[in-house]
Amino acid sequence: MARFIIRRTLYALVTLLILSLTIFMVIRLTGDPVTLLAEPGAHAEDLDRIRAEWGLDRSWPVQYLTFAKNVFTGDLGKSFNYDMPVSTLYFQRLPNSLELALAATLISFLIGIPAGLISAVKVNSVWDNTGKVIALFGLAVPGFWLGLVMILVFSVWLGWLPTSGQGSWQHLIMPAVALGWYFAASLLRLTRSSMLEVLRSEYIKLARLKGLPGYVVIAVHAFKNALIPVLTLAGVNLVVMINAAVIIEVIFAWPGIGRLLYEGIFQRDFPLVQGVVMEAGIMIVVINLTIDILYAYIDPRIRLTR
Amino acid sequence: MAPLLEVRDLQTHYVTFGGTRVVKAVEGLSFTLREGETLGIVGESGSGKTTVCQSIVGLLPAAACIVGGSIAFEGRDLAQLSQREMRHIRGAQIAMILQDPMASLNPLFSIYRQVAEPAYYHLAVRGRSLRERVRELLNAVRIPSPTMRMREYPHQMSGGMRQRIVGAIALAGGPKLIIADEPTTNLDVTIQAQYLDLLKELQEQTGVAIVFVTHNLGIVARMCDKLAVMYAGKIVEAGSVRELFDTARHPYTQALLGSMPKLGSKEKLLAIPGQPPDLATLPPGCAFHPRCPEALPCCATEEPGETQIAGTWTARCWRAAPGAAATDLPKEAHVAAAVGN
Repeated sequence: MARFIIRRTLYALVTLLILSLTIFMVIRLTGDPVTLLAEPGAHAEDLDRIRAEWGLDRSWPVQYLTFAKNVFTGDLGKSFNYDMPVSTLYFQRLPNSLELALAATLISFLIGIPAGLISAVKVNSVWDNTGKVIALFGLAVPGFWLGLVMILVFSVWLGWLPTSGQGSWQHLIMPAVALGWYFAASLLRLTRSSMLEVLRSEYIKLARLKGLPGYVVIAVHAFKNALIPVLTLAGVNLVVMINAAVIIEVIFAWPGIGRLLYEGIFQRDFPLVQGVVMEAGIMIVVINLTIDILYAYIDPRIRLTR
Repeated sequence: MAPLLEVRDLQTHYVTFGGTRVVKAVEGLSFTLREGETLGIVGESGSGKTTVCQSIVGLLPAAACIVGGSIAFEGRDLAQLSQREMRHIRGAQIAMILQDPMASLNPLFSIYRQVAEPAYYHLAVRGRSLRERVRELLNAVRIPSPTMRMREYPHQMSGGMRQRIVGAIALAGGPKLIIADEPTTNLDVTIQAQYLDLLKELQEQTGVAIVFVTHNLGIVARMCDKLAVMYAGKIVEAGSVRELFDTARHPYTQALLGSMPKLGSKEKLLAIPGQPPDLATLPPGCAFHPRCPEALPCCATEEPGETQIAGTWTARCWRAAPGAAATDLPKEAHVAAAVGN
């Protein structure tokens, strides 16, 4: 078990290394940040001074090593634009992103799980086909398009909900639906297939043979087993929603991490973009590592694989 | 006394491809079973054994349907009951033991809960007396230290133990009939013998009737009073175990018995040539005639009816039919019959 954890932790570190290299180089392809930091028409000496101030005059390898060393010590650097530590900015925005992600998760649960359950129990019926169509739309229709359509219908035409911003629960509804939409569809599909597999199992046959009421067979014996992979997916989904809801947060002017990242990219704010991506990467890697270790703890077959 | 279970002319068909393909899995099957009796149903894979069981408990796959006949259990026709009514019979009056002990138990529920459920839902036993009942049941199927074991989960048990727990679940609702669908196929040979002894003992204690589905004739000889041999959805020969083992009349039964290895015998084992027929496109006449070593010309054109040989002993074969014999028999068949005997 100890070997398993050590190996998985090493994999996680390699993943983060690749991620840090990638984001370090990709963000530098967007152009020179100094031209955006200085006044238009500033002197070349001024530009050089700013460059030296932020360490941008040094070579890329030196810059990367400084960045990597700082990440190891928990320091993600200082934002060019906000002149504040990136970690402070990230954790300021985190509660907002968490609020949106939790609301979206709730919506994806409320739609995905019951619909997947009905689809599986009434397989090949009208209900199942409706579920399949919902899943197809959920996966095919982009969240930003849905967001724009909702703004048009519910805010502009009907005037029921505020177009954007954060504050009351009304502000939360549309971004949460737009964000949760895709995940509802993926949960629906997983719940359906997981449930179908469980319903074919021998122990469900035995549960029926015991003469248990139908709802006990479905809701207790089958659903509990079908829920394991569904909850795993939901956990990973939540992390993705917290860190990668860029487009939805921009459309609804939601002050979350996704929007912070978006602003960073536009301002060529290298430390900000690097820092946010690394924070998200670390969170996803840690969650996945935890799930892997938990699985190994439950299933000896995974644990014993060398 | 009326029999406990009386199946009359049961027909269960699978309809697939929008009704274009009809598989007659069970076609005109009849048998009776009295309280405390054990009936063995044997046959090759695909002969309809499992479909018979599923028809009795009312849990057929979606594509299958009982299209004719009756299943009288204590005077009620199970084929006419609704799913809701059947639910009160399953687990309470009729229990079933499935093939695979490793897959029959729900991995997420304790042994206690799984054994307790039939008593909880059918007999309304609650609380302390429910715990007591589960303990007794586990004791009866020889689970050591049941008080401790019932708190555990299936993955903590061996295959043999799990199958005994499945046995305890079958007994939990106090059934009059247990259908055992190849209950020992997935167990080790030593565990098989123990399990069969246990079932026999439990039957003596409770007086439950058992339908034993198997393709192992050794198990039939050990466990059953009566035997029904199925081929292509029909019972081709039925009677007491003694009658059939001594002087089987149907060539298929003879072939099955001939394919059973005997200890100390130097005789060559007989294999039945060919494959069981496709149930959607049965051959005309007797379904067994293409593989039958003693087939007559009439076997290929006309289906033999049921001939009573003695008492409850019946066979579906032209050779067993009175009058049909001698005149039709070509010379070679006489020779073959003589060699066969």
